[in-house]
Amino acid sequence: MNVIPPTGARRVGETILHVTNLRVEVRTDKGAGPVLVNDVSLDLKRGEVLGLIGESGAGKSTIGLCTLGYTRGGCQMTGGELMFEGRDIRKMTAAERRALRGPGVSYIAQSAAASFNPAMTLMQQVCEIPVKHGILTPAEAVAEAKKLFRELELPNPDTFGDRYPHQVSGGQLQRAMAAMAMAAKPDILVFDEPTTALDVTTQVEVLASFRKLIREHGTAAIYITHDLAVVAQIADHIMVLRHGKMVELGTADQILQAPREDYTRRLVAERVAGHEFREDVDTGEAPLLQVSNVVASYHSLLRVIDNVSVDVRRGDTVAVVGESGSGKSTLARVIIGLLPRQSGDIRFQGQSLPPALKDRTKDQLRRIQMIYQMPDVALNPNQTLHEIVGRPVQFYFGRSREDVRKRVLELLRLMDLPESFINRKPGELSGGQKQRIGIARALAAEPDLIICDEVTSALDQLVGEEILRLLKRLQEELGLAYLFITHDLGTVKRIANKVAVMLKGKLVAGGETSKVFSPPYHPYTELLLSSVPEMRSDWLDEVLAGRKQTLAAVRAAQVSLPG
Amino acid sequence: MRLFGHRLTIPALIGMIVIAVNLIAAIGAPVIAPFDQADVVGDAWGDPDPQHWLGLDNLGRDLFSRLIYGARMSIGLSLIITCLSFFIGITAGFSAAVLRGWVDLGLSRLVDLLLSMPTLIFAFIILSVLGTEPPVLIVTIAVLDSTKVFRLSRALAMNIAALEYVEVAKVRGEGLWWVIRKEILPNAMAPLIAEFGLRFSFTFLFIAALSFLGLGIQPPNADWGSMVRDYRDMINLDSTAPLYPAGAIAILTIGVNFVVDWMLSIHSRSHGAGA
Repeated sequence: MNVIPPTGARRVGETILHVTNLRVEVRTDKGAGPVLVNDVSLDLKRGEVLGLIGESGAGKSTIGLCTLGYTRGGCQMTGGELMFEGRDIRKMTAAERRALRGPGVSYIAQSAAASFNPAMTLMQQVCEIPVKHGILTPAEAVAEAKKLFRELELPNPDTFGDRYPHQVSGGQLQRAMAAMAMAAKPDILVFDEPTTALDVTTQVEVLASFRKLIREHGTAAIYITHDLAVVAQIADHIMVLRHGKMVELGTADQILQAPREDYTRRLVAERVAGHEFREDVDTGEAPLLQVSNVVASYHSLLRVIDNVSVDVRRGDTVAVVGESGSGKSTLARVIIGLLPRQSGDIRFQGQSLPPALKDRTKDQLRRIQMIYQMPDVALNPNQTLHEIVGRPVQFYFGRSREDVRKRVLELLRLMDLPESFINRKPGELSGGQKQRIGIARALAAEPDLIICDEVTSALDQLVGEEILRLLKRLQEELGLAYLFITHDLGTVKRIANKVAVMLKGKLVAGGETSKVFSPPYHPYTELLLSSVPEMRSDWLDEVLAGRKQTLAAVRAAQVSLPG
Repeated sequence: MRLFGHRLTIPALIGMIVIAVNLIAAIGAPVIAPFDQADVVGDAWGDPDPQHWLGLDNLGRDLFSRLIYGARMSIGLSLIITCLSFFIGITAGFSAAVLRGWVDLGLSRLVDLLLSMPTLIFAFIILSVLGTEPPVLIVTIAVLDSTKVFRLSRALAMNIAALEYVEVAKVRGEGLWWVIRKEILPNAMAPLIAEFGLRFSFTFLFIAALSFLGLGIQPPNADWGSMVRDYRDMINLDSTAPLYPAGAIAILTIGVNFVVDWMLSIHSRSHGAGA
């Protein structure tokens, strides 16, 4: 058992975790598989926050789990040392590792909603660890939990613990998870993408309370994320990882301002790149898609889309932005007819579209196509790319087998994919390649308008950039119009000439991007814009300083919303 | 040893051998069996001898030959019934999941109605009224059994129908049949195959039970269930006769389940890797 010294006795600056040449491999029936973590060494001192950053598959989560003495099913630590308080975590027995988790190292996962037991109150779950480990009595644990809730700025800290996970918001649940991890007073906290699933405006607050928690307790932390701007706010040192290997290690400022490696430079550059607004050129042409005063709801209880109007012309990229629950994805479903509108009108090329999908003609269906957020579930895993991309060609145009094949090959070339991919299945492609197939399938129908629903948010940063460039190129070559649904304002600034800002089903601001995104802002637009993390370490402090006024303005504006 | 790219476990291998032996017996019964199933070749309950390996039955028929013919009848019928029940169950289940609304409501409540009565008693009533001809037997058991297939395939299809590639097909304007056949069925195949193996065993036991009660396969045709019924009293007289058909039922059931377990383990593994 670990003897945990009281917080005051912890010496800040002493090395607490010393990892040398860590190696993690996949072990399957077939023998050794790919190497997930290759020769990574790191030192963590008390009171220090180390940021691990990299794209998916970089091995950052795997390293985080290794410090808990855990590897995912099928993986094994096959080399190196993980020295924690003079003992090698790799050599610990199962019982010793259990004793380590909680009081020694604890973990905060990406999805708090999936990590809490929905049948137990938050208090029960937060108190479980210190009580099980015999660190605190149940009564002490409750008192400690309330203290943590207060420190994390949760509402009504004395009664917050009586709620069940579904009764609190996503950001609150994520903070409750931090309280749970902190309850056993660990030496090291491992944060695994804790704000990735949150909205930008929530992310700011959660990030601020995490930082406060770490600083006040002097706990060492490993902060895992793919977002360099987020980690810049919280980490003292940053380690950049790629394909399981360390690319670069440095202080946060050095990584951001003077990256040594080319890969780091690209990561930094993509986010810092100056956002020139795309000019809006009014061609005077009649709109391609005209959404006017549309109202829609699920089971007619709550108006999910309330009196929304949007126009899209040929060659336009109209971005619909908002946080989760703002109704932006629902708007897409209403336009394609999956959710019939209740009132208002949707005109396409001057013609009113029937509300329901089943009443629309084949040609009406063909002209509006959609690209989805998750390419994994948008492509049938049991079909070849030939079938996936070829089906719309055959279905809409009734071409012969030979013509369909030719067209599929042509589309693969257009997507910069090798022709030999035609007989592959989606499982054999990377995330970015799958998304390209999603685009190819949409193009196969030769549409006029493509609705892009968060098409880059499930992809790694650099891959997402490539997809955006591809979409831009296709627009220039084919004269397409895009309705771009996203929560990423950086993307919007760069690619959209028009923007519509949605809040709780209503349109709060709309028009040319350069106008909506420059002063005078609508208060909500300002809140959104100020919440996008920037690549400098003092950003969070600045935002928090101006935050109260912005929030008050948003509240005031919400009351005066029409309808 | 590997099969279809998956490592074969020892129980799976045993199961496959058991199934293969039974299938060979079922298909080649007239060739393999030394006597016909209805031929009286000696005295009742004659002892085993070099010509009659397992001895003779209550009417003096060769027990070994009847065991082989029994495989033919039991396995053949089970296979037809299971296939039919899967066809009905999958079509109805997938349609309910894709169409939702009234179709789903109607089919689901009908299935609840059928499931609320014990299957054996329900089959009992229908077979006593309509007779025990093989077609009646097949349709009755298949319909009753399809309720369970319906529940499984509806649940599977509900999950798949919520995925975006099915939405894509619907938005494209594809019809119900395409969505069921091309988008849902291939992705529900693994659990359905495993269920097929299990259902086959159950059907097989169900026919045996019906035959045991005198409502299944009629004499002089041999099937394992009725053989157990005909010979059961002999167990009191130190005869091993009822143990052979009973053992055959047990071994085939266990064999099929070994293979099903193996298939389920492959299925769960491939899913785990995908997650």
